[in-house]
Amino acid sequence: MKKIHYREWGIEGPRYWGLLAVLAAIIAVAGFATLHMEHEGHWVTGMNNQIVWGTPHVFAIFLIIAASGALNVASIASVFGQQMYKPLARLSALMAITLLVGGLLVLVLDLGQPSRLIVAMTTYNFKSIFAWNIYLYVGFIAIVVVYLFTMMERKANKYTHGVGIFAFVWRLALTTGTGSIFGFLVARQGYDAAIMAPMFIIMSFAYGMALYLLVLMFTFNTDERPLGDHVLRKLKNLLGVFVAAIFYFTLVYHLTNLYGTENHAYEAFILREGGVYTWTFWLGWVLLGMIVPMGILFHPGLGMQRGAITIAALLVVFGGLAALYVIVIGGQAFPLNMFPSHTIIESAYYDGVDGMARAYSPSLPEVLLGIGGVALALMVTFIGVRILKFLPVSLADEVADPHHAS
Amino acid sequence: MSQPTDKRRRTFLAGAAGATVATVAPGMVLQSIATAKPRDTAVTDKARYGMLIDTTKCADGCNDCVTACEKENGLDLLSKPEGASDEQWDMQRPRWIRTVGLRNNLTGRVTRLPMMCQHCEKPPCVDVCPTGASFQRADGLALVDRHTCIGCRYCMMACPYNARSFIHESIEIKSTAVPRGKGCVESCTLCVHRLDQGGTTTACQDACPHNAIVFGDLNDPNSEVSKAMAKQPTVQIRDDLNLNTGVRYTDV
Repeated sequence: MKKIHYREWGIEGPRYWGLLAVLAAIIAVAGFATLHMEHEGHWVTGMNNQIVWGTPHVFAIFLIIAASGALNVASIASVFGQQMYKPLARLSALMAITLLVGGLLVLVLDLGQPSRLIVAMTTYNFKSIFAWNIYLYVGFIAIVVVYLFTMMERKANKYTHGVGIFAFVWRLALTTGTGSIFGFLVARQGYDAAIMAPMFIIMSFAYGMALYLLVLMFTFNTDERPLGDHVLRKLKNLLGVFVAAIFYFTLVYHLTNLYGTENHAYEAFILREGGVYTWTFWLGWVLLGMIVPMGILFHPGLGMQRGAITIAALLVVFGGLAALYVIVIGGQAFPLNMFPSHTIIESAYYDGVDGMARAYSPSLPEVLLGIGGVALALMVTFIGVRILKFLPVSLADEVADPHHAS
Repeated sequence: MSQPTDKRRRTFLAGAAGATVATVAPGMVLQSIATAKPRDTAVTDKARYGMLIDTTKCADGCNDCVTACEKENGLDLLSKPEGASDEQWDMQRPRWIRTVGLRNNLTGRVTRLPMMCQHCEKPPCVDVCPTGASFQRADGLALVDRHTCIGCRYCMMACPYNARSFIHESIEIKSTAVPRGKGCVESCTLCVHRLDQGGTTTACQDACPHNAIVFGDLNDPNSEVSKAMAKQPTVQIRDDLNLNTGVRYTDV
């Protein structure tokens, strides 16, 4: 394997500024949508007293878990010592930060009182996993910044392994914490399951890898840098394995629920009768988010075509948003099981009369805020690779493949 | 030799004295009113407030507890935001208490009861609140400190009773006893503003024409609620969660 050189992203000025302008416009629209929601109050959203977390949470949680997943590539290089991944590590760490910032921003701007962020940063209830997550998220950003420094500063290279291990353990804790936001909710049928934490970890692996692959291919293609089949094969195979792992966790989660009678109504809701949630589960989470991408990625011919890999990665991202929609909103739409063995026949507060789901339809400002978070993450990433040396000059097989016959 | 009196000076002094009295006196009067009750004394765990709801007495079609609660806690002062649909407003407006009707799946027996914050001894809403805004008072009341509530709504995700409401809209008029603001979460306080002024009943209890609601100190064996609970079997909703709720029901 040859020595790796890094260089700033060198696409022509007009293209670069044009790209930033488009992203900035999306962020500005999201900003206005947020101002509208904050000024009017949450009544302009589709959220209500039953579906209290809406589309912004779907995007925010997706970005947060994808952030920790994006760090995987760096971890494989510096924790598990795989040389091939070393040139890929800087971008991986950068995306871990930018995706997290995007996700957190969406989360914070959807608060009822975003101006009280200072309260959240200074007043803690340590029994709350939310409070822990504030530390886990902020700590993650700090650690990854140090990690990046040890990678990019030659004199600090000797610390990369140690900091990398710390960052790896921290990212596992972070996703455990995010999954536990749901896992710890004893009140709701769809949550209250320890499997939520490991399932979120494995989801983070796949969603982070999918976004990483997309950004890597985009930045390399536009800059005409060589991206060899060897690197691509490794990354797309990893993505395929991660998606297969989500498939396994999804299966175990539902099979466990199906075994216990108390969860049958919830399972029937998600798998059979839940309308939009059932469709989103089967079509989004399972078919387009897992089966089709796995089919593409493991197909001997398609799996090596760049267009097909791009589609597979996009589908994994789409499937991830679908999965979180089912978990976050589907989980709330299913009525609380307050009176087992009883059917609620009247209620003035949407307690699920005759098992009826609680209503929610996403409003435009919510969706715009979510998309704004993605745009911000991408914009900061593109600015980062433009001004600092994150991207290797070449990932051609003769450079990146340690076994390449030259 | 006498000099002419400077009347302007006298007038000024008299005016100044009058103005001082007018400025200071109301403050002093208010101060004496404010300190009339020992509001600076911390609440103790000597009492634990709760209630018993006798579902056999809860009558079909009666909504008096809900109406009384809304009036007492200023919920009737809220109005639908301009542009919101009726359906949307119905899902977004706060409700502290509501009536629920249930049918037993096996026997078909119908029960009717009011549901509200159950004032758990170990409230999940308090556990999950990141800032500690959801808190429990020593006397068992689960409340929200609206100065530190950031509006994350995690407590609403955690509550097993669908008891909490988020204020989705700007508040134009609010009750002085029960202030509220956009972007915060709230729920039944067991009329804490009454208790703290020496009151012994809640608005829903007072309003119930069938005496289905008995409120009082669960720690006092001689209180009406304790005596009522001792006389008959009672249940807590979702007793599988072992939250030791302060609100109990008969005949569910």
